[in-house]
Amino acid sequence: MNHANMTNKGPETGAFFQRDREWHPQAFTPWYKTSVTRSPQRALLSMDNTLSEITGPTFGHNILGEHDNDLLINFAKPGETAIGPRIIVYGRVLDERGMPVPNVLVEFWQANAGGRYRHKKEGYVAALDPNFGGCGRTITDENGFYNFRTIQPGPYPWPNGVNDWRPAHIHFSVFGHGFAQRLITQMYFEGDPMIDLCPIVKTINDPEAIRGLTAALDMQATIPMDSRAYKFDIVLRGRRSTLFENRLEGN
Amino acid sequence: MVQPLNRLKESASQTAGPYVHIGLTPNFCEIGGVYPEDLGTKMVNDKTKGERITVIGRVIDGTGTPLKDALIEIWQADADGLHNSPSETRGTADPNFVGWGRSPGNMDTGEFVFETIKPGRVPFKDGRLMAPHISFWIVARGINIGLNTRMYFGDEEKANEEDPILARIEHRVRVPTLIAPRDGNTYRFDIHLQGEKETVFFDS
Ligand SMILES: [Fe+2]
Repeated sequence: MNHANMTNKGPETGAFFQRDREWHPQAFTPWYKTSVTRSPQRALLSMDNTLSEITGPTFGHNILGEHDNDLLINFAKPGETAIGPRIIVYGRVLDERGMPVPNVLVEFWQANAGGRYRHKKEGYVAALDPNFGGCGRTITDENGFYNFRTIQPGPYPWPNGVNDWRPAHIHFSVFGHGFAQRLITQMYFEGDPMIDLCPIVKTINDPEAIRGLTAALDMQATIPMDSRAYKFDIVLRGRRSTLFENRLEGN
Repeated sequence: MVQPLNRLKESASQTAGPYVHIGLTPNFCEIGGVYPEDLGTKMVNDKTKGERITVIGRVIDGTGTPLKDALIEIWQADADGLHNSPSETRGTADPNFVGWGRSPGNMDTGEFVFETIKPGRVPFKDGRLMAPHISFWIVARGINIGLNTRMYFGDEEKANEEDPILARIEHRVRVPTLIAPRDGNTYRFDIHLQGEKETVFFDS
């Protein structure tokens, strides 16, 4: 018997809750055109997690550089900063049980304040900011908290419909403790009228799920005369207790 | 009325978009100087135990075109079938093998390459051994939620025959979509998003 599971302190070894596939976007969403040829058409093979899904990689704080979570300066020339509305994004990585998910890697990327990405294939006329790279990362603390500093990205047009624009957003990649928790999503900003117009946002059916991706302006966490703050919690799949599940011999 | 369960809902997935490489492999797309190196590019070192293998493949859309803007991650056990993870309770995995890799694919061909080791067998819930396999996770523009699948090894016929996951595939003609043929030390694993050869993807 793994004592750690009894005390709730050690690593957990239970399978993850089934994913709610109706809450997530469907694969085939023809109004988001690229999905048409990239969406699997056959039923997924359902299976309860095995050890291959229950386990997952961990990342030590030693991989982090001092400015990895500061997009204002992590690409800028010494003494300079990226241009745009200065913001702090903070929140927690939790699981569906409401428990914090500590020590997990969170990566983020975004366009600059004009809505332009630093990428070869980017065709938008908005100017590049020589002091903005657009990527950052951090690792959650023991209570699941993370934070980073950046500029608020601009909305941008993209080739889909003739006149489709993305709302301002930040892309997030999150690891959990098991590979089955792996998630990529996007954070939107409270009050943005572009959210409801976006074909990619509309791949999600449930308005509650869209609210769950919309960060709240938090004036209490705002630093006066410096940076506004947005709170964005990320929820990963919860996992079952293993107390009453069949065990392999010797465990 | 009853007590509420008070569960949260998982954050809804959104596509990784066309610029996922900026976030996850910035050095690959010429955003230098932020991180010393891209994560997940080197899986083995001189001391890693196990048979060196190369896994090569492409992610192919419904028109037969390889994706050039995908990001592929893999996760696997070490040579003894142990995972380098706190949730691994059967023993301690090879300290020289993390078991996780990440590839943005080749800029011109879309081909991903992982230099890794052949994993050992990992037990299923009931103690039976699963065949050696590598877990894959694929994201890209146009993919609304990351796709999960597994690569099995073409030279493990007997183990594959008794694998409890492969056994659950109702349409047996689809089983080969998960089995990578071996050529020397290289396994080729093409992932088909649609069509006749659509890969079996998992809801696990
Ligand atoms: Fe974007």
